[in-house]
Amino acid sequence: MNNLKHRGLYSFFFILTGILTLVSARDVSASPGDTHHEGQQQEFNAGRMIVDHIIDSHEWHILSIGHTHLSIPLPVILWHEGKLDVFMSSKFHHGHEAYKGYMISPEGEHKGKIVRTKEGLAEEDAAASLPLDFSVTRNVLSLFISVVLLLVIFISIARRYQKNRDEAPRGLQSLLEPLILFIRDEIALPSIGPAKYERYMPYLLTLFFFIFFNNLMGLIPFFPGGANLTGNIAVTMVLALFTFVITTFSGNRAYWMHIVNAPGVPWWLKIPVPLMPLVELIGVFTKPFVLMVRLFANITAGHIIMLGFISLIFIFGNISAGLGYGVSVISIAFAIFMTLLEMLVAFIQAFVFTLLSALYFGMATEDHGHAAHEAKH
Amino acid sequence: MELVSPGIGLIFWMTLSFGLVLFLLRKFAWKPIMKALHEREANIDAAIHAADKAREEMEALKFSNEQLLREAKEERDALLRDARKVREAMLEDAKSRAKEEAERILESARAGIEFEKMAAMTDLQNQLAQLSIEIAEKILREELSDKHRQEAFISRLMKDIKIN
Repeated sequence: MNNLKHRGLYSFFFILTGILTLVSARDVSASPGDTHHEGQQQEFNAGRMIVDHIIDSHEWHILSIGHTHLSIPLPVILWHEGKLDVFMSSKFHHGHEAYKGYMISPEGEHKGKIVRTKEGLAEEDAAASLPLDFSVTRNVLSLFISVVLLLVIFISIARRYQKNRDEAPRGLQSLLEPLILFIRDEIALPSIGPAKYERYMPYLLTLFFFIFFNNLMGLIPFFPGGANLTGNIAVTMVLALFTFVITTFSGNRAYWMHIVNAPGVPWWLKIPVPLMPLVELIGVFTKPFVLMVRLFANITAGHIIMLGFISLIFIFGNISAGLGYGVSVISIAFAIFMTLLEMLVAFIQAFVFTLLSALYFGMATEDHGHAAHEAKH
Repeated sequence: MELVSPGIGLIFWMTLSFGLVLFLLRKFAWKPIMKALHEREANIDAAIHAADKAREEMEALKFSNEQLLREAKEERDALLRDARKVREAMLEDAKSRAKEEAERILESARAGIEFEKMAAMTDLQNQLAQLSIEIAEKILREELSDKHRQEAFISRLMKDIKIN
């Protein structure tokens, strides 16, 4: 039974990896087409292609064949000087035109962002303030998709749990139950302790599966995946802020006392210059900051490396077609390897984020933490 | 540097969506799932405990059964032994009683015989005395037919009395 399950999982991974790599190649091959509007065939710019893929965008580009761009237009929602403007991003014609006094800045400081145009011109008005951009971008749509996916999957599983009480889990339930138990038994229980862990379980589970699902969806190179959601600093920032807020609000007396008056530290580090309290206070903020940066950097780096391997094919292909085909074999081999590695990273980063959040909650709620801590040493 | 500058739009949507998904999953997924997992674990624990207890009970039962059997066997043996003893005792008793009875019967028979003998003897003596008296009467009648002899006899009797 166990063997069969493993084999199924392996074949699932292999098929997925195969699809990912194949479509990555196709997707990227279309990318040089993005530059067609500037007249003639431009040289393939790997750096630009990679950045275009990992940053956010107002449309969901699926592929280009020659001059035809296939992309999903997304709603643009702008708030500027008390005025709300809502329209589809297709009005920009892939960023080539201005609409309602807005345009996507092609160059400069605000490159890729929506800016005000000069009156009647398709030019950026450097003097005007930036509109607040609440658009449903590629990342936002991807976020919505993952949210719906999470809700559908887990609420249906919850139904199964309620209906088939005391029965062995099956299907999706048996795939996800080990993860749920893993978070409970290996993350929440040891980090927070049996008395208080239950309060934090919903957050930890949501956090883990949100990051894990989005990490995996980021590895799928075509719609509805492919958005670099967990590799976006705004997303990781919000996640880290959630952890920070929960930690701060669950901090008990011992936690704050530890910050103000860290035990086991010589007094002259606290009075007259409150060096240690300052360090501790900085620590309170660096913890979520590090959470934010770690997830962002790991996922973005993964995407960059993957795209880099695929780019190699086109860089060499520009030199000579034969060379491109030759390099593609090696590139795809590496990309497969990277995809497998990224799957591991997808899990590890979700795990690390959740584990560290749990540890911070544990620290914030620990009873007379230091007495117990010092007694142990 | 768009890569490291968080956009307001995504922050807004992310906070909203994540908050919503956290709230909904907490209410409709995690609580029922955690509860069901807890219950299942509790049930499994209870089942294992019950099985352990049942096994222990079975063992205890088996042990007590064996003991019961052993005790029953012992009791049977004891009963048999007792019965044998009782039988022997009864036999012995019966034998001795029979012997006693026989002796008693013999004794009484003997006593009866003695009594009969004595009775017969007495009867014989009486008859003998009767006969003797009759003979003596006849003799006396014969002897004392004449006066002379009567006087001689009386004087002899008188002499005897005097001596006494």
